[in-house]
Amino acid sequence: MRSTVPAGRPNRLFRNLNSKIALIPMILTALVVFLGGTVWTVVYSFTRSGLLPRLTFVGLDQYERLWAAPRWIISIQNLAIYGVLSLIFSLVIGFILAALMDQKIRFENTFRTIFLYPFALSFIVTGLVWQWILNPEFGVQSVVRSIGFTNFTFDPLYNSQIVIYGVLIAGLWQGTGLVMCLMLAGLRGIDEDIWKAARVDGIPMWRTYLFIVIPMMRPVFITTLVLIASGIVKVYDLVVAQTSGGPGIASEVPAKYVYDYMFQAQNLGQGFAASTMMLITVAIIVIPWAYLEFGGKKRG
Amino acid sequence: MANISALNQTAAGFDAVSDQLGSGPRGKKPRRTFSGRNIVIYGTLFVAAVYYLLPLYVMVVTSLKGMPEIRLGNIFSPPVEITFEPWVKAWASACTGLNCDGLSRGFGNSVRILLPSVVVSIIVASVSGYALANWRFKGADLFFSILIVGAFIPYQVMIYPIVIVLRELGIYGTLTGLVVVHTIFGMPILTLLFRNYFTSLPEELFKAARIDGAGFWQIYFRIMLPMSLPIFVVAIILQVTGIWNDFLFGVVFTRPDTYPMTVQLNNIVNSVQGVKEYNVNMAATLLTGAVPLFVYFVSGRLFVRGIAAGAVKG
Repeated sequence: MRSTVPAGRPNRLFRNLNSKIALIPMILTALVVFLGGTVWTVVYSFTRSGLLPRLTFVGLDQYERLWAAPRWIISIQNLAIYGVLSLIFSLVIGFILAALMDQKIRFENTFRTIFLYPFALSFIVTGLVWQWILNPEFGVQSVVRSIGFTNFTFDPLYNSQIVIYGVLIAGLWQGTGLVMCLMLAGLRGIDEDIWKAARVDGIPMWRTYLFIVIPMMRPVFITTLVLIASGIVKVYDLVVAQTSGGPGIASEVPAKYVYDYMFQAQNLGQGFAASTMMLITVAIIVIPWAYLEFGGKKRG
Repeated sequence: MANISALNQTAAGFDAVSDQLGSGPRGKKPRRTFSGRNIVIYGTLFVAAVYYLLPLYVMVVTSLKGMPEIRLGNIFSPPVEITFEPWVKAWASACTGLNCDGLSRGFGNSVRILLPSVVVSIIVASVSGYALANWRFKGADLFFSILIVGAFIPYQVMIYPIVIVLRELGIYGTLTGLVVVHTIFGMPILTLLFRNYFTSLPEELFKAARIDGAGFWQIYFRIMLPMSLPIFVVAIILQVTGIWNDFLFGVVFTRPDTYPMTVQLNNIVNSVQGVKEYNVNMAATLLTGAVPLFVYFVSGRLFVRGIAAGAVKG
């Protein structure tokens, strides 16, 4: 800036001053909230914080207690089942729908609107609707029974063995539309000539998809995978709305463990330790991806 | 005996299936529009569409029935007697705890949260994106990288330090506090969106304005802002749906009388006291979902663009 640079030796700090002022909120967010907040939580996870955060270090005590808690173990198991199945199903269903949509069909916009609208709804709304549909007294189970199959049993939300699959059904309903959209964008990015070449060589369509198109769409798959996976780790509202963690503690998830210990059980140390574990999980997913994606190039 | 009857059943089932399968090729050569390939494609898409539409249908149908009809009938049947009472009750007199003024309170709170949060977060992010795109300085990209990596950190990790900071500032539990939180967590994705958009604009424009003596803010308001209406619309769509649907920040950073609609909805439906009124619950759920659904159906393609960019937000 002309006016701010004094004559003679320009002061480096004041060069481009307006831009620096404009970026203060962003820099504060990045350094204080994201970096500072994360470091703070990790540090305090090694302390004996109860009702209030205190800097009395107790080493790994909180983590030992965490991994000894049945509720945490169930949370992790649920997250693993929900995560793996939701990744597989949303990628497979999303890709199949996208491939079907890519056949130059009519009403493409109508179908896309239908597949994607659940994504506009919140997890709370999603959870509550599916809680109602899966209600054994009035929902799917009672409808099938009333047709004549009197022994039909489908009550995932009241059966602690399968409750997480009930949550999965709702989660897939909400999220596959997005995957379909990302996949469709990926398919549209494939060169038309590839298809022509495959047809000339007489390769059947399914083989073209499986062995040519999907390998070419690797970046799209990886990005989608990372997006879904880092979203799965945060799953919270859906469980709160659909099952409140029940029956008993059968559908608890880590994010809910963190919230409950921080804001309800007044046991901050446990909350910090659990949230640090969540952070590690995300890091395991994101760091290899970021390395692959941005490691080669110097600037992202 | 059992075997034979089972065999008969299987045979009957087989006949039914082979009928369906065989009817295509056996007849005349089908018209192009009804080729087997098309039937499979449209059939699958149709079945999928039914699965996706079913919950919306069930919500609407349930919310228009009276409780006696719900207890007797099944959830998929259309209402015999249409009643709008559940909607009125959900809006005006459903109870959460001691308050019995329905979702209207939550709706008002959500609007009061939504408007300033959307405006502030978009102003801050668009200026940041502009500075990053056109007025780079050493180190700016480093902060930006931290911001983007931060977008993947689970909120639960950062929530408690924010509570402490807001409490120290005296704005914990207030509307201002929640606006700050939404601005912070909207920043990574919005800044990325604006930065990429401003970078894609021709640089000559910026240079010409600089030569004519325009400064930082002048270029922003006179040149960049008028040229970037579409990206602002995308950002607004993203923020309106995101903030309206938020639950976690609403629970953590507000007090019961300022709870946003999602939190209040959850409290109404999942309250353990009293008789469950499923029709009122579904009307309440629809009312809460109405705003993002409206945004979605009106904005169409722009929404798709927004979520493709906003998928990072999770």
